This record gives sequence, C-alpha cells and structure tokens, in this order.
Amino acid sequence: MSYHPESLIIELEKRARELRIDSLDMIYRRGAGHPGGSLSIAEIMAALFFHKMRLDPERPDWPERDRFILSKGHASAILYAALARRGFFPMEDLKQWGELSCHLQGHPDCLKTPGVEMTSGILGHGVAIGSGLALAARMNNLNYRVYVLLGDGECQAGVVWEGAMTAAKYQLAKLTAIVDYNNVQLDGPVHEIMPLEPFVDKWRTFNWAVLEINGHNMRQVLEALDMADEIHDRPTVIVAHTTKGKGVSFMQNDSRWHGIPPDDAQYAQAIAELRGEA
Amino acid sequence: MAEMSMREGYGRALAEYGEINPDVVVLDADTSASTLSRFFAERFPERFLNIGIAEPCLVNVAVGLALGGKIPFANAFAALVSLRALEQIRTCVCYARKNVKLAAGYAGLSDFKDGPTHHAIMDIATMRAMPEMTVIVPADALEAGKWVPIVAEYRGPVYLRLSRAATIPVHDDSLQVEIGKGIMLRDGSEVTIVGTGSMVGRSLLAAEELAKEGIEARVLEIHTIKPLDVDLVRQAAGETGAMVTAEEHSVIGGLGGAVAEALCGGRPVPLERVGIADTFTRTALDPQSLMDACGLAVEDIMSAAKGALARK
Repeated sequence: MSYHPESLIIELEKRARELRIDSLDMIYRRGAGHPGGSLSIAEIMAALFFHKMRLDPERPDWPERDRFILSKGHASAILYAALARRGFFPMEDLKQWGELSCHLQGHPDCLKTPGVEMTSGILGHGVAIGSGLALAARMNNLNYRVYVLLGDGECQAGVVWEGAMTAAKYQLAKLTAIVDYNNVQLDGPVHEIMPLEPFVDKWRTFNWAVLEINGHNMRQVLEALDMADEIHDRPTVIVAHTTKGKGVSFMQNDSRWHGIPPDDAQYAQAIAELRGEA
Repeated sequence: MAEMSMREGYGRALAEYGEINPDVVVLDADTSASTLSRFFAERFPERFLNIGIAEPCLVNVAVGLALGGKIPFANAFAALVSLRALEQIRTCVCYARKNVKLAAGYAGLSDFKDGPTHHAIMDIATMRAMPEMTVIVPADALEAGKWVPIVAEYRGPVYLRLSRAATIPVHDDSLQVEIGKGIMLRDGSEVTIVGTGSMVGRSLLAAEELAKEGIEARVLEIHTIKPLDVDLVRQAAGETGAMVTAEEHSVIGGLGGAVAEALCGGRPVPLERVGIADTFTRTALDPQSLMDACGLAVEDIMSAAKGALARK
C-alpha cells in the first residue's frame, strides 16, 4: 500500500468536483439523466480514473488495461465525464449527449463509446460479468484488475448474489466491487423499499473481503482501493457510505433527484454550490 | 449402430474441439451430466466452470469471459436459459454484441418425462426476435456435432438449440453446414415441406408417404432460423406453389412465423404450419409419442401438405 501525499488528495478532490459539475451540466443540457447517483460517486470515479486504474486512452483495447464496469449504468453522466476528461473522446461530445447522432447513449454502450468496457443500464449484471472478466484474466495470464461499481438498490437483485457466489467460488482476488451505499433509490429510502442490512455481513458470509469507508473521503477511497490489492484469496467489496446528490444541498438524500434534471434556477444554484460560490 | 442422441453428438464434438481451440471455455448451470458438456469438463477441467442453478449468472459470466477474449459455450436447459436469462441475453449478449454461444439443451419436448416446466416451445420465437442473434437448430446428432466448430469460429451471439433425444438420422458424415444456408434434402414439384430440428427426419418420412400417394413433396432443412435462407424458401415457394413448415416449437413465432414473414415479403403461397398449438404441453413416457400427441406426427405433416395443396 502506498502513501498518498496531500497534494494527490487535493488534486483528486478537484477532479471529483469537476466531474460533479460536468455531470450536472450534461443532465441540465439534455433535460434528462440521473443526478443523484452521479453526484454520489464522484470521489470514487475520480480515484479510479485519475489515479488507480491503468488506462491508455490512445489504446482503449490495450489488453493489460484495468477494467471498469459501471453496473449502475444510470450514472452514465459521470462515467462519460470521466472518460472525456481522461481523453477517451473530446469534451465537446458531452454536449451532444443523447442526440441521435451522438455516440453517448442514455445508458453506457460499449459498442458506441470508447472506454466503456461493458454496456449497462439494466441493474444487477456487473458482478457476474466482472467475475467472467476476472476468470478470463486468470486463464489468459493477464494481470489486469476488474472494478465493478454498483448501486445499493441494485443489490436487491438476485443475480448480484449469484455473481457474488461465483466470484467467491473461484477466489477472484482481482475483482473489486464498490457499492455506492447512499441509501436512496427511485421510490425512496433503500431501508424502506427493501432493506439490505446487515449488508456488510451479507458480503462477508458470501466469502468476500469487505472494506467499509466513507465514499466521499478521498484518502479512505484510495486506501481501500490499495488494500484490495493486498487480498489474494478472495474478491473484495468496498462498501462506500455516500450521500445521494452529494454537493448540492437540495438534492442530497432526496429520492426525487434520482432521475430528473434541474430547472434553470436549480441548475444555477447547484453549480454555484459545487463551485463553492453559494 | 444405435442412434446417438443429439446431446451426445454435441457433447463429444465440443470436447474434441476443445483440443483444437484453446480459447473455448465451457460453462454449465448444474446440468453438465445432462447436456453432456461434462465430456469437455472431464477433458479440460481448467476450462470448465459450473455456475450452479443460476442461468442469469451463467449468461453474465459467459459475457465476462467473452469480454476477456474467450469463446464461452454456456450450456443449460433451453426452457430455463431462454426464459430466466432472457434479459441477460437481450442486454448483455445481443445488445452488447458479445461472442457468447448459448447451447440450449433439452429443447422442444425432448425432456418428455419432466413435463411442461422443462419443455422449451417458445425459445425460437424469443431468440429470433433479438437483434444480433443467430439461431441454429440441428436436425440430428451428427449435424449437432458439425456445428460446434462453426459456431465457435463465427464471431457473435449464437443460440444453438439442441434436443435431449435421438432424432431420426438425416445426414451422413459428408454433411457440410453453413450458417444461413438451408439444405434441399429431397426435390419435389408440388409442395415444399420446410423442416427444422427433429422435424426434418419426420418431414422426409412424410414426403416418402406422400410420394406413395402420388404427391411429390420437396423437403428443405432450415437449420438456421435466423438469418433465414430467404432466397431458398422463396424459390421453393415459387417453384412448388405450396408450403408447409414443421417444427418442435409453438406455431407462434418460430420457423412457421419466420417462413411466413419471408413469403409475405415475396410472393405468398398457401402455407400450413405444423407445430405445437398455442397451449401448454404434457408429460409422456417417451419423446416420440409426446411429439405425436402434440400435433407433430408424420400424419400431421402429410395432412398439412394436402391442406396447402388444396389451397393452391
């Protein structure tokens, strides 16, 4: 595990703020998208795309690259922002999101958008697909890691746990799942819609290594990602406690901001808050 | 020689092909002793994954393997994989265009003893409605084996529909199959019987019987339901003027539907569809009598041919 200097933390926090602003810009401009679940994963996305993952935007199909699957595909806005800022395609493309001629689909499409490893949008698939990808790495003697970012509500789907059993059976230590545990889903609080608790125990009894962090604390995010590298006999899940709509006061912890865009005034206020001007 | 079951023809071919192509990985959903993917499992344990009774996960793990450059053959019972994993197949296999091979065993009525829960009679309809999917239905054990290398070397999603049972042997070892190319097995001028899967052998028997009554029936085997050999079908329709389809599948949306779509886009001729009526099936003591009871008897093909002829 490496030491992370304060300068790196500050740099990545700046990246996270950029990604939040990009996401809201995109959702506002398009008049559609999922702000809450994009804002909640900004630190995780910044840590992965601007520090942790070995990527080469010039070679999106580089065999040794680390793989990222956005199982919670609804948060496509922030994925697209991260890929554009990382150089997989021009930032200008973000402005065309959703237009018929644009490669950026409502939900991620691996055939259309460079850097998108796997199509997603229907929830629940990432862990099982990530398991297959990690198995392929082992069979091919490749050293890449597979990161799967999933939502908490998504963990209500049975196939998540089928995938979890598979990853544990094959001891897929190169697979790291990260759960954006913001406790808000479309219809309301996760603990009311369908409780997940005891959530950490569930993963542990499925024979995963579990790390529990504050998903908005960059140092904790980085340390957890590094710690997962040190676990060699099982897959790791990072249960990241987050706030849905993080950074925008009126969106935080409110399920109404799961899947609607802000109006003009809301957008102005949100951007001001994210820039620290409000 | 005792007739080999289709699953055995497939299972042995898969294990043999594993020697040639190291990228082939085989998965099963706790049915390897039934689908006979176990022949591969015994030979290449390090390339075999048993995912347990979890077809959605089976398909998704296969998708991940394909993402990683492998050629996964995901084996499961047709009734389960085509229904339980339908969304995975739509989103993760077809929409994402991943190189996943679905080997759907025990298709049609071939799991006669377990009854309607295990009968797959609507899988052709759902699979062929999927953009990007190729749907292949072999006629006999030998043909099932012939498809293994072709399916593996084709890049893209394939649904290979396999019977548990021994079907009437149709082919000899000289058979060459090609995706999307139907086969004329018997020439005839008055009516065309288009068969797929286990119904190809029965269609040939029906044609023999019809010949005894002075009716010359052409028999086409359509193994690739999608992409359909539209030219062959339309040509036969034009030359014989009447057509029958025969399939171990519901009359809704399967081969009959595909042929009807092809004909209505050209010059329609009278078409009769032999298949399972729009109803749930039942349990039986053997597959042949169940097929007979479900409207798939040789006599059903013959009367359909006469019906189509009468409508000329």
